[in-house]
Amino acid sequence: MKKLLTFAIAAGAMAITGLASAATLDDVRTKGYVQCGVSQGLPGFSNADDSGNWTGIDVDLCRAVAAAIFGDGDKVRFTPLSAKQRFTALSSGEIDILSRNTTWTMTRDTQLGLNFAGVNYYDGQGMMVPSGLGVKSAMELDGANICTNTGTTTELNITDFFRSNKMSFNLVAFEKADEVVAAYDAGRCDVYTTDRSALAAQRTKLTDPNAHKVLPEIISKEPLGPVVRQGDDQWFNIVRWTLNALINAEELGVTQSNVQSMKNSDNPAIKRLLGTEGNFGEELGLENNWAANAIQAVGNYAESYEKTVAPLGLARGVNALWSAGGIMYAPPVR
Amino acid sequence: MKEHSVFQFVNDARVRGILAQVALLAFAVFCIGWLVSNTAQNFEDQDKSLGFGFLVQAAGFQIAPTLGTWLFDYEAGVSTYWDVYFIGIVNTLLVAALGVVAATIIGFLMGVMRLSQNLILRSFATVYVEVLRNIPLLLQLFFWYFTVLRALPDKRGKVELLPGVVSVNLEGLFLPYPIWQSGAGVAGVIMLVALGAIWAVNRRSQQRQLLTGHPLPFWRIAGGILLGALAVIWLSVGVPFEWSLPVFKETGPILRRGFQGDTAIVVIPEMLAVWFALTLYTAAFIAEIVRSGIMAVSKGQSEASVAMGMTRGQTLRLVVIPQALRVIIPPLTSQYLNLTKNSSLAVAIAYPELVSIFAGTAMNNVGKEIEMVGMMMCVYLTFSLLTSFFMNWFNKRAMLVER
Ligand SMILES: N[C@@H](CCC(=O)N[C@@H](CS)C(=O)NCC(=O)O)C(=O)O
Repeated sequence: MKKLLTFAIAAGAMAITGLASAATLDDVRTKGYVQCGVSQGLPGFSNADDSGNWTGIDVDLCRAVAAAIFGDGDKVRFTPLSAKQRFTALSSGEIDILSRNTTWTMTRDTQLGLNFAGVNYYDGQGMMVPSGLGVKSAMELDGANICTNTGTTTELNITDFFRSNKMSFNLVAFEKADEVVAAYDAGRCDVYTTDRSALAAQRTKLTDPNAHKVLPEIISKEPLGPVVRQGDDQWFNIVRWTLNALINAEELGVTQSNVQSMKNSDNPAIKRLLGTEGNFGEELGLENNWAANAIQAVGNYAESYEKTVAPLGLARGVNALWSAGGIMYAPPVR
Repeated sequence: MKEHSVFQFVNDARVRGILAQVALLAFAVFCIGWLVSNTAQNFEDQDKSLGFGFLVQAAGFQIAPTLGTWLFDYEAGVSTYWDVYFIGIVNTLLVAALGVVAATIIGFLMGVMRLSQNLILRSFATVYVEVLRNIPLLLQLFFWYFTVLRALPDKRGKVELLPGVVSVNLEGLFLPYPIWQSGAGVAGVIMLVALGAIWAVNRRSQQRQLLTGHPLPFWRIAGGILLGALAVIWLSVGVPFEWSLPVFKETGPILRRGFQGDTAIVVIPEMLAVWFALTLYTAAFIAEIVRSGIMAVSKGQSEASVAMGMTRGQTLRLVVIPQALRVIIPPLTSQYLNLTKNSSLAVAIAYPELVSIFAGTAMNNVGKEIEMVGMMMCVYLTFSLLTSFFMNWFNKRAMLVER
């Protein structure tokens, strides 16, 4: 009995110190991998193929973080989450990063105990309708049945849109995106609404993708980005600066194939990014070649975009660099 | 000497028992303390706080039209999270109640059929039980939902089940509803009086059967009372309600066509699918409970009653089932509880019950996990306790049948 008690106290004490004050980076190092929360299957952002390989721009971000820490972009495990589950999974510590087409809003940032580490895709909410309805504008949608996901900004935006335009509608909100597609495909709803990028991706799953069209209106701002728990500044910085590194790499012309040779570049900005000048990696708690490893693993932002989102037929648009007419802009490494 | 007494002390079973209990208590207190301190620490780290202030904030999302939204007059952006909570409870209770009733009827039927001497009936019931018990409920839910959806015309079409009165399409089942007229109150009172009289006749009839062995012709008397009451209502206030029949529009803006929601009771297909799935799944388990309950009644009982000249139906109804009930009720209770809990799977197909709209949508918007999960647990706990109390009471009544 006494032994049991000692054991229990020891285990309890270990658990307390283990859970209450661990830094995520130490945790991740001990585990040997980054646990990354992704979607349950959204082509272009996070999607698993038949053999369980995850691809997508959100997946790339997690791989880049893993590479920045371990020098190996495969040291990451993925947890598919529905929109409804995602924040609980993050705040309970089940995952280290949430990289799942998640919109940065003030409520989420200030009330859910979370921090957004940046934006890796600027999006907006759109609507899709069967072409056969002959609807040309969202203003003609009075009386519509609308399918979407629960636990999303989408639900809130669409409600705002119809309320402010004094139109009536019914919302049918599913937990999983696949069911939304299936129900819309079966004709349960006149409208399918979600982020425009997701519309492009989900459309490919319809029986006849060409029999539907996306309406011109964009009814919201959806800055999508990676999220971490509030209260661990070091981890927050690692995720934020890994994203910044990928964007800066595009701007500086550093690519997956030239990253090693670029280490000897004459440009001090490139040298700082790739760790041949300064001590930026160590200040983050990593090695100085952290960014080089990240770029080596997934390529710069443009390369990642071309591989993942572009095949959906989505042009860079606002997601082009600020120097190329877009708003993608990363603070400098210095 | 000293060693000896310590040894004795430890060997004393009573002392050992107390020691073990004290240790267990200490351990429990320790665990709870640990949970609390850990939660507090995490809350501090993530800059969160406990509180129920969010309940009076307005909820900014739309909820599909259901009994709950109708009862609470839900309006997105105006109604509060309190309303969302109660709408969730009402919608959960609604499918649970409908499911319990339907599953009990089908379950009893199937259970009796499994013991039938008719090969076709017996095989049908066996296949039913074996198939439905072994397919995961979630799959059955999807099956019913998407089968129902695929089979129906979209909202600009309809299948008339009762022409002009009851119709169905992808938007749901459209039923007429009564609009009460001025005499409705009087009519209600008259009906109540009639029901009271029927109840009294029933009691009287039972007493007489106990004393003399001859019951009153109960059904005939009850029917007479009902007819009389209806006649009185008709003569005094006329027909006290009118039906609002579903109005179907075939012209106008394309999205406005179809049934006009405010002219009918709309049962959304999500609700129907959840109800079907819960009912048919639970009925398979109830069938097994009923079957084993009936088999537990000794064969001599039914042989004796047949020997006394009762028909097979009478034997089942008057001799076997009342005794079988004693075996059936306890496991039946847990099936009812399962059904209620399983209703939370409905989130998968967009039926707005408690877990879906409160612990899902609302929680995602306000992030008060601990408070909201606590509130939700209270609801399920209350459901469970109430069901158990009721079933225990019912069980006691069934027990008294034994003499
Ligand atoms: N950006 C929005 C919506 C995100 C969202 O969950 N979209 C759905 C609709 S396409 C999705 O990605 N589902 C994929 C899945 O099932 O995991 C938000 O953060 O609330």
